[in-house]
Amino acid sequence: MSSASQQACIVGIGQTEFSKASGRSEQQLAAEAVLLACQDAGIDPKSIDGMITYALDHSDEVDIMRSLGCEEIKYTTRLPQGGAASVSTIVHAKNAVESGICDTFLIFRAMNERSQYRFGQPHFNLSPDAHSSTFMEWCFPFGAQTPAAWEALSCGPYLHKYGITSEDLGRIAVTFRKAAASNPAAWFYEKPITLDDHQNSRWIVEPTLRLLDCCQESDGGVALIITRADKAKDLKQMPVRILGAEYSMFFNHEIISDFYAGDLIRTENSESVADRLEAVAGIAPKDTNVAMIYDNFTPQILRQLEGFKYCGIGEAKDYVKDGHLELDGKTPLSPNGGLMGEGYIHGMNNITEGVRQIRGTAANQINNAQTAFLASGVAGAIIGK
Amino acid sequence: MRPDPIQRIDTAFFWEACERGEFVAQKCEPCNKLWHPPRPMCPDCHSLEKSHAKLSGKGTVMSWVRQVRPASFGFKESPFVILVELEEGLRFVSNFESEDAPEIGMAVQVDFAKTSGGKAVPVFKKASSV
Repeated sequence: MSSASQQACIVGIGQTEFSKASGRSEQQLAAEAVLLACQDAGIDPKSIDGMITYALDHSDEVDIMRSLGCEEIKYTTRLPQGGAASVSTIVHAKNAVESGICDTFLIFRAMNERSQYRFGQPHFNLSPDAHSSTFMEWCFPFGAQTPAAWEALSCGPYLHKYGITSEDLGRIAVTFRKAAASNPAAWFYEKPITLDDHQNSRWIVEPTLRLLDCCQESDGGVALIITRADKAKDLKQMPVRILGAEYSMFFNHEIISDFYAGDLIRTENSESVADRLEAVAGIAPKDTNVAMIYDNFTPQILRQLEGFKYCGIGEAKDYVKDGHLELDGKTPLSPNGGLMGEGYIHGMNNITEGVRQIRGTAANQINNAQTAFLASGVAGAIIGK
Repeated sequence: MRPDPIQRIDTAFFWEACERGEFVAQKCEPCNKLWHPPRPMCPDCHSLEKSHAKLSGKGTVMSWVRQVRPASFGFKESPFVILVELEEGLRFVSNFESEDAPEIGMAVQVDFAKTSGGKAVPVFKKASSV
């Protein structure tokens, strides 16, 4: 079944605990997660020959190499767009190993986004010319200074057009927290919420986002090791194949501050990714067994369900209400509890969960999961056995 | 009060115009197209030759929010943030100056507000129905 373009496999995953105060440096969190991923795969960290992360990670490749003893790196790049790049890393990892440039490719992400800085608060020290932050110039002087504010402003037209209520968004948060409640690795383990809890939580951004519509600020590190099928067969774990990984960014669009192009109703980049993924993987995102969809804020789930064609435009709120995202539903959503429930390592912990689901080793294991969809807005990947 | 605008080489013309009380957009000289946010090159004809054009200042509210927690830094009270679709087809993030929240689809008209460092930024008010 596998073609020349389907040789990449995820063979190792590692993650630290997810907390609010890790008590150690981001570099150390990264090094620990990488070592765990290498041990999981059964490879020597010194053999890593390519590595990437994305914007807003403070750990340089040089420092990762210093701790892990990697002998020679032949490929590295730092992707733009923050958390939206979490699944874009899979596109690059796939290309790096299938092209033969790299044999043992590392994806890493480590952040003390709660204890060292407050990721969801305004940041005054960012240069407007810095990577992924030029948009700040057009938001900051007007008091739109947090990710929650940008997200809510961008989603406004969509939420208004389809009459989406706070309760509609609350159901999504309840779904995540229900899954997190039975995942011991989740920060919100054994802490489910009710729709009333959501409705009673304080406003973060009026008239859209309450506290329980937002992901957490978390400390932690996550790492994955990717190689080709020919190498993977000798390693410790059942390889999890990357059946397709696609990316899309259209003219004049931004990520969280997506204000300037399109109707702000449809998400054309997700639609493009969904179509290309179905063509290369031979399966549509909606027909996979698990949906790991980036949940920085609840409206993102609705827009991505529609963009990645789980349902028609304007239908996502009913798709959620009808229970399709429940663990026993048609397309279970983030059985780890997602970024809201488990931890927010900028999207990467949703990818390790996708791998566990295919291996059959997840805390909330979906029966007979053959394929999983990984999504972060502009990027999508389908992984499977 | 509100924070001063951040200025970059490619955008200084916009904020300087605000100090003169003018609401402008980048204009490509050869092809006359308007662009916002500003950029070094016209993405249509790739000319670097640019000036700016005064806008009507009329638009409609596409979306609005108010940052409650944390409150907007540099403001006495968090303002209503709006995304305005301008008459010229451009979009602009700004504020709605009113006690009451705006409504999506509401017609608005530009005005200017002073910043803490004595600069000015464009803000919007409900358009007077004439």
